[in-house]
This record gives sequence, structure tokens and C-alpha cells, in this order.
Amino acid sequence: MLVLVLDTATPAVTAALAEVGPSGYALLAQRAAVDGRAHGELLAPQIDAVLGEAGVKPRDLAAVVAGVGPGPFTGLRVGLMTAASLTMVLGIPAYGVCTLDALGLRTTGRALVATDARRREVYWAVYADGSPLTGPAVDKPADVAPRLAEFGVTTAVGEGAQKYADQLGLPVGDARFPDPGALVEIAAQRVREGAPSEPLTPLYLRRPDAVEPSARKPALSASER
Amino acid sequence: MTLKDEPLVLGIESSCDETGVGIVRGHTLLADALASSVDEHARFGGVVPEVASRAHLQALVPTLHRALDEAGVTLADIDAIAVTAGPGLAGALLVGVAGAKGLALAAEKPIYGVNHLAAHVAVDTLEHGPLPEPAIALLVSGGHSSLLRVDDLARGVTPLGATIDDAAGEAFDKVARLLGMPFPGGPPIDKAARNGDPLAITFPRGLTAPKDLVEHRFDFSFSGLKTAVARWVEARERSGEPVPVDDVAASFQDAVCDVLTMKAIDACRTQGIDTLVIGGGVAANSRLKAMAAERAAKYGITVRVPRPKLCTDNGAMVAALGAHLVAAGNAPSKLDFPADSAMPLTLVAAVGESLGQPHESGLAGTSR
Ligand SMILES: [Zn+2]
Repeated sequence: MLVLVLDTATPAVTAALAEVGPSGYALLAQRAAVDGRAHGELLAPQIDAVLGEAGVKPRDLAAVVAGVGPGPFTGLRVGLMTAASLTMVLGIPAYGVCTLDALGLRTTGRALVATDARRREVYWAVYADGSPLTGPAVDKPADVAPRLAEFGVTTAVGEGAQKYADQLGLPVGDARFPDPGALVEIAAQRVREGAPSEPLTPLYLRRPDAVEPSARKPALSASER
Repeated sequence: MTLKDEPLVLGIESSCDETGVGIVRGHTLLADALASSVDEHARFGGVVPEVASRAHLQALVPTLHRALDEAGVTLADIDAIAVTAGPGLAGALLVGVAGAKGLALAAEKPIYGVNHLAAHVAVDTLEHGPLPEPAIALLVSGGHSSLLRVDDLARGVTPLGATIDDAAGEAFDKVARLLGMPFPGGPPIDKAARNGDPLAITFPRGLTAPKDLVEHRFDFSFSGLKTAVARWVEARERSGEPVPVDDVAASFQDAVCDVLTMKAIDACRTQGIDTLVIGGGVAANSRLKAMAAERAAKYGITVRVPRPKLCTDNGAMVAALGAHLVAAGNAPSKLDFPADSAMPLTLVAAVGESLGQPHESGLAGTSR
């Protein structure tokens, strides 16, 4: 079964084509350009490129697997909107995977996954031999650090972990961005079973910035009042 | 087989708070589905970009389904996809652009990333048929106030003037708030103004003094008007007198419409053009339409204003422009075209990197 894999929750704009078999999967083509401000430009041509490289037509796809974040909103929405419209046209199911889970899948022991949430914060979760031990959260690295001991975390991966290594105080592995193989591996069972399509709801973890307007400012100067 | 001059085009609009999907065949409107997040913005007194973007992501697929059902067509039938590429709110635009690219990829259709303002002009063809060219277009909404010359809509338009501060619709929103009316402010002010005296208060007409006309003949300014209304209302409140809301609304509305129509007619006359198209949300204002018709008639100028639902942001306008571009033989956009919050009016459709982007995108660098 041919599966299109997308993730736009980090600066790595990721598109891949995978073949999911009865007991495993193979990546047939993949692209991951790193540009945190160009998801909207890069993703569609990359999808076109991975399909073209493998000689696959969109109508040959059996499912789309998409990283649902958490991640910076604007880029994240590009991937999820693209996945939603692709699956709508093709009439195939969409499956969501937490982007942090994809980064955590290949870790061993107790590991921290942290991606860059901008505003000097990280999206993070803790993993035990690749399985999530906590749900995804967004916090300042200095507030994450004291909690790591309580989970017995000894290593970290992700761009956020690299960026704030000094504050987190952990040895950091090489993996910075989610691997499309890990994304498809997490969703493979759902693909094989033909599980129902899922709404691709972004893990925003933050409320929109919006302030209700304050009381009217006086329009007359003090001397005019 | 569809005739090339009657292309079947699906258009997507997401530049502000309306998620629109329209389907047209040539100049015939087949579907105009809309979802709006306006209620979510009301308590903030203006559109909150992140709230709008989140709403677009949720609304686009259901709105696509509604439009396709309404038109009774499938994506396989469609000749091309059009989508607003700019100008507008960057994050909001990106949702529509990503959705459109997904459709184009999956259905293997050409895509046109089009200019929102040119689409406001093109939508009139759905109501009144082909646009005589050249024409003058006055586009007024909460996001834009522009005066344009349209020689060939398929090749871009020539900006004559624009607001130097607030958009006309923004002034309506702010004055409405001042008078305790809900957001958006256009409809309640229009309604109150019907019971008021437009000559009760003399509010300033921005950029109409002889010295302003030298450099800003076709530009607008509504910030001073908004402040003048605020000062007048406040002075009344301080003196303990009741505020004559209907008179303030009518006098304010007349000041806005006076400047808009005066400059639009002036543009027609100085350029020797006898067609004026008015579009954008403020074009739904009853006083603006009446005043424009009255003044235009004196000079033999024909005023074309689409019905209110086509004036406000919608997908049909995007589809209408897309159909015009397909019929004119314009090349589609490349798949890497950006959502461009500051897309210039001279660009009627985005090109895409492989052909070079003549404008520096506000979202991303252009070379990689
Ligand atoms: Zn508009």
C-alpha cells in the first residue's frame, strides 16, 4: 500500500512516499528541505517530486500520514491542510501522528524530545524506549529542566534540545527533525487495517494571541476636556 | 468537452476571515459556499489573524464539499483551481493556498494563485457580464481602499491611489464601536444613518484640499475622520448632552461616501473612462451606491456594483478571475508560488519560483 507521509511541524518540510507491507514498510522517496519560513512554497513541489521519483500517480495512494505537531502554527497548518485536501479528492484515509512521537520512536531508555517552539520555548515530551511517557507540552527550557530528573531522563533529541542544551543539561543525540520512516511506522498498523480516516487536528498547545480591546482612549486633549 | 472560453473553475478565498469556495463556468456562477469566523472576532473589535487561520483550516474541506454539491460537479470535471495568493493575512492566505495546492496535486489540475483585489473586480462579470475595458475600479472594504485602472484584467491592473492610513471599512468598524454598535460596523451604521441627518455635523473630508490633490489626488485618508468623530462624540458626552447616534452615523457615512465617490468619478473623468466598478464589503453600503449612481449619471458614467454577497470576500470572485485567466490563455502558477501578504496589484496571478518572482515575498526568501 502506497502511503504519502508529510510533516511540517518543524523547519524540516518533509514529504515522503512509503510502501507499507504486511509486516513492514519501505521508503521509496523522500524530501526534507529545511526552511522554517517556506512550508507553503516547498511542500507541494516536494510531494510532486517524491511521487514523480517513484513513478506513482496521486490516485495510486492508499493513505496519507501527517505529523500533527506540536509545531509553529503557520507551517503546521500547511501540512495538515494539504493532507486534508489531498485525502478529500482521492477519497483515502488520513492518519495523524504526533510529531514528537516520531522523533521519540528511535530513542532508547528515558529520553526527552524537544523541538523549537519559538518565543524561547520548546515543545516537549518524555519517552521510555520510544513510547511516550508524557503528553506533548510547551514550556520554557528552564522550566522543563527540573522535571527531567523526576522522569529519569538521560538523553535528548530534537532541534529544541540542541538549541537549549545548556539549559537542559543533557547529552543531545543527532536527530533534529522527525524521520518520515518513524511517522509511517507509527501509523502502519492503522494503514494495514484500513482504520477510519482521522480528522487532522493540529496540536497547537497555545491559545491564539488576542487581546480584547480596552476602554476607549480619550480623543480630546487634557486642555480641551 | 468544455469550451476554452467557458472554463469550469473552482476558486478558494481565505485572505481574511471568510473561507470561501466558488465554482463558475465562464461568467456563470454555479456555487458560492462560505464559512465565516466573523463571530469569533467580534469581541476583539477586529479580525484576529491566528483565530482566522485556525477557522480556515477547520472550514475549508466542508466548504469545498458544499460548493461541489451545490454546483453538481466533481473535481475531475474542473478545468482549473484558483486561489487567493495575496494580498491579505499571511497565515490565513497560507491555509487556502495549501488546500488549493493539495487539490491541484491530487486532481492533477492547473492552479492559479491570484490577486485578491483583481478578483474583487472580476466578480462583477458574474453579475453584469464581460467588463468593458478600460474601466476604473473602486475597491473598499475593511482591508483595502483602492482606486484602480483596469486596461486588461488578465495582465494586471494599474493602481491610481489607495488609503494612506485606515481602510474605509476599518473607519466604519471604529466609528461603530465608538457608537456602541457591533462589529463589523458597516451594516449597523448604514441602518442607523437611514434615520439620521447627513448634514447634521460637518466632518472632514480627508485629502480633498487643493494642496492634497497635488500629490494625493486619488489617495484616501480616513484616520482624521475617525478621530474627528471620536472628538465630537466625546465633547458631547462631556457636556452631558445625549449623542445623536443616527445623525453621527449619517454624517460620518456621508463624509466617507462623499470622498470615495468624488475621487472615483474624478478618476473616470480625468482618464476618459466611462465604466466604474465598485467592489469590496463597503460596496454593500446603500449610501455609497446611491451617491455613486447619482454623481456618475451626470457624466454619463456607468456604475457596476455586484450584489452584496459578491462584494464581500467570497470564493466566487476568485473563481471568476481564474476563469478569466484561463480563457485569456494565461499560464498557470508553478506549484511553489508563495502566499504573498503584500502581493502587488501589477501581479494578477503568482508565477512561481522557476519563472522568477518579481516581488520579494513577505513570507520567505525567494532563492534556495
Ligand atoms: Zn477583499
